[in-house]
Amino acid sequence: MRGRAGWFFTAPAAVLFAVFFGYPLVASLVQSFQTDADGETVWAGFDNYTRLFQDPLVGRSLVNIALILAVQVPLMLVIALGLAQVLNLSWLRFRSGYRVAYFLPAVTTLVAYAVVFRVLLNTDSGLLNQILGTHIDWLNDPTMARVALIGSITWRWTGYNMVILLAGLQAIPKEQYEAAAIDGAGSLRTYVSVIVPQLRPVLLFCLITSTIGTLQLFDESFVLTSGGPDNATLTPVLYLYENGFQQLDFGYAAAIAWLVVALTGLLSLVQFRALRTKS
Amino acid sequence: MKRLAHLPLLVGAVVSLFPFYWMIVAATHRTRDLLHSPPPFLPGDQLFENLRRLEETVGFSRVTLNTVGLTVVYTALSSVISAMCGYGLAKFRFRGRGLLLAVLLATMMIPFQVLLVPLFQMMANVGWIDTYQAVILPFLANSFGIFLMRQAFLDFPDELIEAGRLDGCSEARIFYRIVLPAARPQLAAVVIFTFISQWSAFIWPLLMLNSEDKYTIPVALSRMIGQSRVDYSGLMLGAFIATLPIMAVFLAFQKQFVSGLLGGSVKG
Repeated sequence: MRGRAGWFFTAPAAVLFAVFFGYPLVASLVQSFQTDADGETVWAGFDNYTRLFQDPLVGRSLVNIALILAVQVPLMLVIALGLAQVLNLSWLRFRSGYRVAYFLPAVTTLVAYAVVFRVLLNTDSGLLNQILGTHIDWLNDPTMARVALIGSITWRWTGYNMVILLAGLQAIPKEQYEAAAIDGAGSLRTYVSVIVPQLRPVLLFCLITSTIGTLQLFDESFVLTSGGPDNATLTPVLYLYENGFQQLDFGYAAAIAWLVVALTGLLSLVQFRALRTKS
Repeated sequence: MKRLAHLPLLVGAVVSLFPFYWMIVAATHRTRDLLHSPPPFLPGDQLFENLRRLEETVGFSRVTLNTVGLTVVYTALSSVISAMCGYGLAKFRFRGRGLLLAVLLATMMIPFQVLLVPLFQMMANVGWIDTYQAVILPFLANSFGIFLMRQAFLDFPDELIEAGRLDGCSEARIFYRIVLPAARPQLAAVVIFTFISQWSAFIWPLLMLNSEDKYTIPVALSRMIGQSRVDYSGLMLGAFIATLPIMAVFLAFQKQFVSGLLGGSVKG
């Protein structure tokens, strides 16, 4: 009886997941072992997967996101933590106003944001070059396109991480700061020995979500740079999309997809282990 | 000292908000004035002219109505499904429950691009390309919303549900009369999240919708970017209109929004 009620409430979601998640997931796995030969789908064994390791563009896209992981994620989290720290000062005014201002980029419609950034980053007439007094080819020079991409992602997601870190800071009891202050610990030492360990789960959450977001990066390179120039901003998921919907090479697209899944799982696990066992 | 704390915060706020301000400036100027050097810094007087052109070239009012309709239907259906599933998972033991929880976690770990090609082929096979059901159906069941609702219902006292059963209420009636009203804040958070995600949805609608009269705002704007002579001021106005409801919803419900965001990550 109870069991049936449980089914009644969960059935709509369960059926939708089965049809629109379970089935395509299995189909994608099957496709990754198939290829197209003269218009016919044939088994290809591990060909699509071995091709991954020989394809220079796969390597290129992995280098691109590794760079973002190494530069953008730490940069963003440090800024977010710094801002959260200042916003956590209890006597500060306009705190909720700041919070709204920082969070707004994260909820902006992707296409709207792409449009604005393309105009702002325009080489000849873009406002950024006007303000800096430079003539930088933001979206057409490989290095600068990467800088622009990193800047855009940072603009969009710093506030999101800040709000989460701020909530983490606010969950730390006030007495702990005070106790540390009475013990005579300097403020930096207070910070490292009292605050950081307690913030670990929240930092871990931010780190893992940012890492997954980077591994699966698609939006920015699709709408801002289309992966270019010279594939400097190509990401694995964008490459997947190009193979699937432009080359119509479904088998290879599926193999790239599963590479991303494997990397996501692996890196999440490593970060989880590294940060969890210490606490 | 106290004033000094505002300095980094203000710099950050200006960087965060400037693109939004620039959107308004650009939406009220002619395209050729925008690309002029130096570009304008203050809003101009071309708002209605840009709006007229946007209506003429892409039928913007039609596109906006499409987006509103699609978003409202999606949000209503998806929120109901999330609430039901969350309740079922929180308060009932049944066969397949563990499997469903595992699937929920899997949907959050697996990038949706993995599903893109098979989903596309599926829609092509049933002849649903260029229909709204193809846009909505694959993402109606939303793990994030389900988890949020499940979390909300876990704390609901079992005694109240038992009391409803003793009074002879049906399980469905207990759900929407007794349990659901208690989870109103979390339901609000789910509604806001689903609204914003569907309003901004881009890649999937772009793949599904071919006819111009069915476009949503993000799809119509991305088509405008692809044109040979890009109408930047029209685009910026469209972008501004696309952003407006999100800003309004976010400002009105920011408390629910933030609490929803923190759902699983932080307690208290």
